[in-house]
Amino acid sequence: MRTLIFRTVAPYLTSLMVLFSVFVLLRGHNEPGGGFIGGLIAASAFAIYGVACGVSPVRRSLYFHPMAISGFGLLVAAISGWLSVVFNVPFMTGLWIKVSVLGVPVDLSTVLFFDIGVYLVVLGSITSVALALEEREHG
Amino acid sequence: MAAESIDISNAMVTQPTTLGDWMLVAPVGVPILFGAILLMVRHETRLHASVAIAGLLLTLGANAALLLQVLADGPQVMTMGRWLPPFGISFTADVLGASLSFVAMLVASVCALYAMKDIGTTGRRYGFYPFVMLLMAGVGGSFLTGDIFNLYVWFEVFLISSFGLLILGSTERQLDGATKYAILNLVGTTLFLTATAYLYGTFGTLNMADIARKAEAMRETGPLMTLAVLYLLAFGMKAAAFPVNFWLPASYHTPRIVTAALFGGVLTKVGVYALLRVLVMLFPVERAELSGVIAWVAAGTMVLGIMGAIAQSDIRRVLGFVVISGVGVMLAGLALGTETGLTGTILYAFHSVLAMTALYLLAGVMKGLGGSYSLHELGGLYRSYPAMGAFALVLMLAAAGLPPASGLWPKVLLVRASLEAGWPWLSFAILLTGLLTTIALGRVYILAIWRDRQEVAPAGEAAIGRPGFGYTSLVLLCVPIILLGVYPEPFIRVAAAAAGGLLDSSSYIGAVFPVEAVQ
Amino acid sequence: MEVALSFVVGVFFAVAIYLMLSKHIIRILLGVSIFGNAVNLSIFTAGRLTREVPPIIPEALQTPEVATANPLPQALVLTAIVISFSLFAFLLVLAFRAYQELGTDDTDGMRVAEPEGEPMPPLGY
Repeated sequence: MRTLIFRTVAPYLTSLMVLFSVFVLLRGHNEPGGGFIGGLIAASAFAIYGVACGVSPVRRSLYFHPMAISGFGLLVAAISGWLSVVFNVPFMTGLWIKVSVLGVPVDLSTVLFFDIGVYLVVLGSITSVALALEEREHG
Repeated sequence: MAAESIDISNAMVTQPTTLGDWMLVAPVGVPILFGAILLMVRHETRLHASVAIAGLLLTLGANAALLLQVLADGPQVMTMGRWLPPFGISFTADVLGASLSFVAMLVASVCALYAMKDIGTTGRRYGFYPFVMLLMAGVGGSFLTGDIFNLYVWFEVFLISSFGLLILGSTERQLDGATKYAILNLVGTTLFLTATAYLYGTFGTLNMADIARKAEAMRETGPLMTLAVLYLLAFGMKAAAFPVNFWLPASYHTPRIVTAALFGGVLTKVGVYALLRVLVMLFPVERAELSGVIAWVAAGTMVLGIMGAIAQSDIRRVLGFVVISGVGVMLAGLALGTETGLTGTILYAFHSVLAMTALYLLAGVMKGLGGSYSLHELGGLYRSYPAMGAFALVLMLAAAGLPPASGLWPKVLLVRASLEAGWPWLSFAILLTGLLTTIALGRVYILAIWRDRQEVAPAGEAAIGRPGFGYTSLVLLCVPIILLGVYPEPFIRVAAAAAGGLLDSSSYIGAVFPVEAVQ
Repeated sequence: MEVALSFVVGVFFAVAIYLMLSKHIIRILLGVSIFGNAVNLSIFTAGRLTREVPPIIPEALQTPEVATANPLPQALVLTAIVISFSLFAFLLVLAFRAYQELGTDDTDGMRVAEPEGEPMPPLGY
């Protein structure tokens, strides 16, 4: 699999796919998409990178351990559920806030942060499974 | 937002949520939060144990508050995301769920304490403590959720964490055991999902309170018997009932002993809980029709299970079969379906969670001091460690159902209930199981503790170490076990309240659907 | 349409059970995967089928104008897919590791945890 063409293309392909996964994640707000599918796309991007260039460059490029990313995602998701304690509403109620970024109104919500959490959980756990499989194959 | 102009009281919960209501999600939310933090700091292995124990104790405290609240005011409900039930997922705690969850959190805390010395740095880096936290989140969610699909989700949450715990260490034996455990359990939960698909197709709702109140009207037209049989099979598989129990003896002796303790204590009881919840509360008429089948399954599970224990020479495998026979005893109460019988089952579940965890931990201490799990090699432990002999005696009496320990009263209740129901053979099976348990565990006691030290040198002389927190953990578990034996009144009262809540679901339904909301 | 899909579900179940009866782990895994898909499809069918009308309420209204597709089974199926996917990913790694360590994927040969011909426990002192 480690042909010259693939190795040259893979980093660009990976970065494009990660970008696309973020797009899908944010698009999931009102249209098809969302954290799970976004996370899967990102995880497959890193899997491709791993197939092309080996596992250790992937681990280096992720910087954090995949399971730690997963844990952070779980934390984000859990906190966005627990935030409702402060507002006297049941667990996991969607809370909205309108902020203005450079004059553009942006709706922020706990739903979005929950989705980002899901994205990170899926990205972390699937990448760690994929890397474990690739490591076995080459090592 | 247009929401201001819309009257949302028909679709959403409008009254504010008080802090007391949060006790309901704490047994799920707190372990998830702490598990997430532990996953992030996986390299700081020194912190793991203290963070995990703090999290579990916090959960235990919240759960105790929840149990007291439920005992005082009846079932508590919190519906996720403000959507009114049956549209939102309701967490519904009744006495059964809250008390079982409390006992489960108690043994999990003790196991976390035991693991401080037992699980080394490598095990922690593999994620022992995060997995325990996520496992307990799944278990707590299963006990407290009021939505049957959500129950499936929590089943899968604790299932996937249990996979992680099972292969901690990755020895050949573990991989072998874990493969069988994983595949058979996955098939079991998929069967559960199949049943839920039919249930949804039939009822058009997944909220358990909603199903309970609609079941009466559906009885003539809907395939409720099919549903009940499918659930019996699926949860029977989770609870390790004969003849779908073979995943348990294939895997429970392979992981680290503290993992086995947690699994043996808690996981099968979740299956029993689900059986009680679905068959007694949702499908009572179908359960009554199936009672003959369940009774035979119960008798088969308890007698054949304990016969398996007699044939084993590895203590952990003996205990695996003892777990199975305990499940059979609990199913006897499900087959009877009377208030006494169900009280006995629930009381037995409390006892079994405590006693099985304690027995596995005792096996861990025996291995630590005697150097082996094998009955061929152990010996002379009483002479060297009399305290352990005392613990072993208490726990073996508890498991066999002899006074002064916890196993006695649930068996008394179950025997009485089966005599009242006119099934003397079932009470014979329960008593026979008690006798065989005494033989199986009594032999362990005689061989491992009473007889002189064996000439065969145990394989790993270096493995002999200090018990660590073993004695502390055993004391923490033996106190409630003996309390249940000598002063059973409060425990029986809780179990009876739980059984009453199952048989008469009106307060459960009333908590989810308050009268003013029902038109 | 429900009838046709019910047949498909039936075929899926049959294939899944046939594969799961095999001795080899890899076939069992394929069977489990198809089993999961059969269940997903049956949940989807159980929610009754409607032709592509997304359950979205127009901005000016408070309730949908026409009968829409039932969103709940889709949410259930999505959840079930997510869960079965992650479990399957884990099982795949586990089976692969087991194959490497034990050198077989034949369940009859996987007797490390429960060795054949174990001695009886001591019958006396």
